[in-house]
Order: sequence, then C-alpha cells, then structure tokens
Amino acid sequence: MDGQSCVMIMNEWDIVAARQLGRHAAKELGFGAVDQARITTAISELARNIYHYANGGKIYIDKIEEKEKKGIKITASDHGPGIPDIRKAMEDGFTTSGGLGAGLPGVKRLMDEFYIDSKTGEGTVVQVVKWLR
Amino acid sequence: MAFDDDIQMKYKEMLANYIQELTEQALYEGQRFSWKAIEHKIPPEEIINIHLKVLKELFPDIPKKILDSFDFLLEVMVGYGLAYQEHQFLRGRQLELKSEIEIAANVQQALLQTNIPKVEELDIGVISVPAKIMNGDYYQFAEHENTMSVAIADVIGKGIPAALCISMIKYAMDSLLESRQNPSYILENLNRVVEQNIDVNMFITMFFGKYDFRTNKITYASAGHEPGFYYCASEDHFYDLQSKGLVLGVDRQVKYEQYELNLFQNDMIILLSDGVTETRTKEGFIDRAAVTSAIRAHLHLPAQQIVENIYKDFEKMQGFQLRDDFTLIIMKKNV
Repeated sequence: MDGQSCVMIMNEWDIVAARQLGRHAAKELGFGAVDQARITTAISELARNIYHYANGGKIYIDKIEEKEKKGIKITASDHGPGIPDIRKAMEDGFTTSGGLGAGLPGVKRLMDEFYIDSKTGEGTVVQVVKWLR
Repeated sequence: MAFDDDIQMKYKEMLANYIQELTEQALYEGQRFSWKAIEHKIPPEEIINIHLKVLKELFPDIPKKILDSFDFLLEVMVGYGLAYQEHQFLRGRQLELKSEIEIAANVQQALLQTNIPKVEELDIGVISVPAKIMNGDYYQFAEHENTMSVAIADVIGKGIPAALCISMIKYAMDSLLESRQNPSYILENLNRVVEQNIDVNMFITMFFGKYDFRTNKITYASAGHEPGFYYCASEDHFYDLQSKGLVLGVDRQVKYEQYELNLFQNDMIILLSDGVTETRTKEGFIDRAAVTSAIRAHLHLPAQQIVENIYKDFEKMQGFQLRDDFTLIIMKKNV
C-alpha cells in the first residue's frame, strides 16, 4: 500500500474534491484518458450516494500493487441507513435512463473489481478496484 | 482480437483518407467501421479516445486547448458508454427470456396435447393458434364408450398469465372427464376449482359438449363462452348455439343450464374463441355473420380444410397480426 488519501463527503463540493484526488492518483499511476474518466465517474457515483443517502461519509483512494499489477482502489464508507436489499440495488435495469446517473451496477461496470457490504442501520462499504493494463 | 489490435491504425488510415479526399466513399468507410466497432463491443468513449490519439499523430501542432476539450467530451461520453453497455446487457437478457418462453410454450403444448377422435359419425376439424408465443385458448376432446366430449375454453387475457391459467384448467378437466358426467355437472365443478384457485381478476369462459353416438344428440352447456353455431343442413341455415351461463370463477354457487340438439346428416357444430369473432380489419371488428359466410364459402370441403382456410382468410384480413388467440372447431355429422 502506498499512501492512502481520504476525502470527507459532507456536501456537494466534496464530490468534486474526491474526483480530483482520484484523477490525480489515476494520472500518477499512468491510466489513460478514458480510464481516468471512468474512474472519476465511479468516484462521483459513490460520493453522490454518500451525499444523497448517508448524510456524510468518506472516500478513500489507494494506489495498490499486487503481483506486478498496479491499480487504484476506491473505498466508500458511510454510517448511513444501509441498503436493505443489496440484490435489488445491484439489479441491472434501466439505471442510466432515469437521469439519476450510473447507479451501483454502473460503478461495477466501470471498474474491474467490486465489493459491497451493507448493514441496515449501520452503514455501507463499497470497495472497487481498477487495474492498470 | 485482430480488430482490437490495429483499430487505431485503421481509424487513422480512414480518417486521413477522408480529410484528404472529402468523398462520400470515405465517409461510408466510417460508417462501416462503426458496425465493426459495435460488433466488437467498443464503447463510444473509446472511439473518442482513438480519435484524439489519431488527431495528435496527424496534426502534431494542434493547440493544447483543443486537445484539452477532449477530456471534457470524454467525461460526457462515459455516461453514454454505460448506457450502451446496459443496453447490450438487457438485449442479452431479452434473448434469454425469449428462449425461456419458447421452451415453456413447448412444455405447454405437450401438456395440452389432445387427440382429435377419428370416428365414422363425425368429421372434425380443429385449428388453434396463439397470438403471442403461448396459447390462452384451450380445447380438449375425450372419447368414451358411446360418447365423445369436446371442451373449448378461453382465458380473458393472453400471453403467459393466460397460458398458466389454462394449464390448471387442463388438469382439473382430466380428472373431471373420468367421471363422465353431464356438461352442467362438469362446468359447475370446474367453476368451483377456478373460483378457489384463480386470481379474482382472471376470468375463464368455457363451452362443454357431449355427443352421444347412439342417439346422435349433443348435450351442452356454456360458461359465458362466445356462442358457437349450429348449421342445419336441411334448412341450409346457421343458428347461434344458444346458451346462458356465467363465466367461470365468479360465483361458486352458480348453476349451468344444459341444452340438447339432434344432429342429422351434414349438420355442423361450430365452436370458436373470441379471437375469431374479434378479428379486426381496417374497418373495425368483423361480425359473426362474416364467420358464417366464410364457413359457407368452404362448405363442400372436409372440416379440417374449412378451419384452415378460414384461419388463412382471417389472418390475411388483419394483416397477418393476430390480436388474440384464435381457435376454431368444426364438427360435421357424416352419416
């Protein structure tokens, strides 16, 4: 692990700050323009979820290395109400056509790895990874 | 994949060619490229990225601000890329569902399989065609020692819910037919089964008839089913098969009145589902007289050919788009 950075998400401006941090790390790792845009879109989505549903939380950005692979790991963590039905939240449907953004299935598509855990009343953790190719 | 590997080179070649010649042919190459790219699932933002890279190669001194503007475009297109992927995924899902429904339709067909009796006394023709993949119409023949029964039913509604409903009716009928009871008894029993087991918003109509080969008499009752016809050969006239009775599943106490009719040579009993009478032409619904005149036009033919010809006529009349399941049965007295 190589230096973790973190942004508190309390208001809409923090979403931009999280994007900024993510883009900076992605650029440093050597991600191309398209992947940078994908990574920041995923960060936006996770940060927006925190802002809209959890009343505050954190976004962590990590540069990671594993078996000669380099990548970026984004962790979104909050102590909000939690997602009662994760399967439903992950259901692929018409998320992009509703004008509400990519949704969790979109985030999963944008990244290479996706992990979610949520407990009602305790909060939600979403962790995603994109590997450098 | 070869296409993926040299996609940027190909794109560069085509773009350079277009900029050089500005021909329609060069543009057409671009369109052909897009189909290939779609086939290889290349998202829109990737194409923009390729365009940008190629631009840099072709024009090394593009102002930086123009290049920067592509970051903005990329950001916008990532969303479209996601929508596109989602669309691809849902398309796959749709194909899966379709094949699943087709399998279900085959299962249903096997389940509803009924043999059309081959008897000297009657010439029987049947056609039943679903509007969608699964049939919400149902018919069943059964032969006993001296009698033969015929049932035709129609679930109000079509598609999968109707088909599921019909499968239940079929099972109930199988055990009821063992009892060899009268039409009114059969409908009253079935009515209770439907009332107990089927959603209140779903209605089933049914006609049930029992033909006795010894007396040449047909006894029948109907639960709100589209009235069939009785063709009296000696008068050369079509009558409605009169009957009264509530649709199945509304009131468990309902009684079904029973009717009788003696058949003579060349007389016909015609049973149908409302998909036949609700055939729609440009001018609106056809009327029941259109059905009888269609039968009259093919009167000289064997029963099976009559029903097939009528189906073809009606199919053509509504522009080959069936709006409701279509079932038509003709039974003609031979000897």
